[in-house]
Amino acid sequence: MLSFIARRCATGLLMLVALSLLIFVLLRLAPGDPIDAYINPSVPMSASDLETLRDRLGLDQPLPLQYFGWLRAALSGDFGYSIQRSGVRVLPLVMERIGPTALLMGMGLAIAIVVGIAAGIYSAVRRNAWPDIAMSVLSFIGISSPAFLTALLGLYFFSVLLRWAPSGGMQTAGAPFSISDVLAHLILPACLLSIGHAALIMRYMRASLLEVLNQDYVRTARAKGVREFWVIIKHATRNALLPVITLIGSTVGIAIGGAIFLESVFNWPGMGLLLVNAVGTRDYPVIMGATLVIGICVILVNILTDVAYAFVDPRIQVA
Amino acid sequence: MEAPILQIAGLRAVFRIAGRDIAAVQDIDLEIGSGETVALVGESGSGKSVTSLSIMGLLAKKIGHIADGRISIRRRDGSVTELTGLDAEQLRRVRGNDIGMVFQEPMTSLNPVYTIGEQIAEPIRIHLGKSHREAAAEAVRLLTQVGIPDPARRAKQYPHELSGGMRQRATIAMALACNPTLLIADEPTTALDVTIQAQILDLLADLQAERGMGILFVTHNLGVVAEIADRVAVMYAGRIVETGPVSEVFARPRHPYTIGLMRSVPRLGQATALKAAGTPLPTIAGNVPSLAMLPKGCSFAPRCPMAIDACRAAVPPLFQVSQTQASRCIRWEEL
Repeated sequence: MLSFIARRCATGLLMLVALSLLIFVLLRLAPGDPIDAYINPSVPMSASDLETLRDRLGLDQPLPLQYFGWLRAALSGDFGYSIQRSGVRVLPLVMERIGPTALLMGMGLAIAIVVGIAAGIYSAVRRNAWPDIAMSVLSFIGISSPAFLTALLGLYFFSVLLRWAPSGGMQTAGAPFSISDVLAHLILPACLLSIGHAALIMRYMRASLLEVLNQDYVRTARAKGVREFWVIIKHATRNALLPVITLIGSTVGIAIGGAIFLESVFNWPGMGLLLVNAVGTRDYPVIMGATLVIGICVILVNILTDVAYAFVDPRIQVA
Repeated sequence: MEAPILQIAGLRAVFRIAGRDIAAVQDIDLEIGSGETVALVGESGSGKSVTSLSIMGLLAKKIGHIADGRISIRRRDGSVTELTGLDAEQLRRVRGNDIGMVFQEPMTSLNPVYTIGEQIAEPIRIHLGKSHREAAAEAVRLLTQVGIPDPARRAKQYPHELSGGMRQRATIAMALACNPTLLIADEPTTALDVTIQAQILDLLADLQAERGMGILFVTHNLGVVAEIADRVAVMYAGRIVETGPVSEVFARPRHPYTIGLMRSVPRLGQATALKAAGTPLPTIAGNVPSLAMLPKGCSFAPRCPMAIDACRAAVPPLFQVSQTQASRCIRWEEL
């Protein structure tokens, strides 16, 4: 098991390097010169001053050297300074945004997993009964609704019209910190984030369980006199979960995309908001740092998924 | 006289297909005494498996159900229970407890994500109320009894770590976990190679000698029947067409279908003789009729070399050929 985790970590590290290279190249391929971000357009600058600035920032060096310079610094935890907020280091800037994003995504995915799996099991066991059909219709709507649409509609209905939840931010401005206050701010964006994923997990769970319920070992369990509830939960669901776990793992990466939208709409002080602002202002060091941290998170979750998979399916360890 | 372990009278199980009830089996009468092995023989679709699933109450609820007849078993405590009168929960308490069942595919009938030991211990905990620890110890003992070497280690392994023969031994241990009075073995050797088949048959015979349970052995293999069964019931198109002690039926079958079946079994050395004579292996001409469109009268009449007009008039009853043998053929006396 340990060597299995070690192997997965090694491939994860390789993926990270590839990811950082990709971001670096893509950013430099984008039109414009990174030096522009450092220049105040209202103050004229001589060509020789520009060269000096370029030289000081290392932007005169060839691209590969720039990349390895960045990589060497990044490995020691130095992601440089934000361009827009002069003097602010990237790493602490990114780190303080991880908490809110993790909270939002964790809550959203937790809701999606619980609701999706429970609804999927129910639908499969009662297939073609009206609740199953109703849930199928709802899940198709959920899967096909883009995040920006559900976020805006949700904000309009639940915050503006019904006033059930605050319309943005993580805490009430000026109020002292309290968990219930954060939860009140969290619940609406988390629910909206979960919709698409819950729907997808539900469809997978339903299909997977329907297939497993036809397996011989389910009949064997019934022949042993196992209660129907445990036949479903213990004998069928554990097997049916295998493909769903893979789905949940890959969902995390997609959920980050959704979280970026939701953070913008709900003004949630997370990585998504940071990233969107950084892209808007061409804050290259922040973009690099934030993307890399997101990448690390996704890769970590994928490793966790594989470990969970091996835990649920004893046949994996041999392979 | 002691009540039989299993008694089936007038069983009719139907499937609902396209809004119509179609009888998968009908007029089934069957008795199994303690320590007795009865083989249920027939082609695919003849109703063997439906009969055994009816006893277990495991017909898929939405499509199939028992329409008529009674099934009763003698339980471990000696009481006789009519299964057809039980509700789902009472039936569940009998399954795996007083009746054990072994299925055809040892590869797929064990749950891949639980250890062998856990799967054997499960019915012991459910029906006998044993603790996890006691049930686990009992599972190891059962593995020893079914001849699995190093049972303590095997109990901790998963199905994919065992060979096919081992797995079938494990499913037998599972079926026998609560010491049932009746064991239903649905083609338990079909998926195994011949040497393992023989081992499993020997094992079942040994276990039966020890425990005295009745065995209902479902198979399409006449060689296996000769090896293990005391009595045989031959099924065709959902009905029993001939029944009797294996020795009598094999020595002198009294139904044209049984005769056809026995003639179709290839014999060692026969192939070369047949080839020399230029004749193919004998078969029964025609196909099994669709259960939805059974011919009027005897179901076998369209394929029967001896069929006469009277055969097509009405379904023949089971004629008592001897004290112990019966045939559903109006011309049995000529056979």
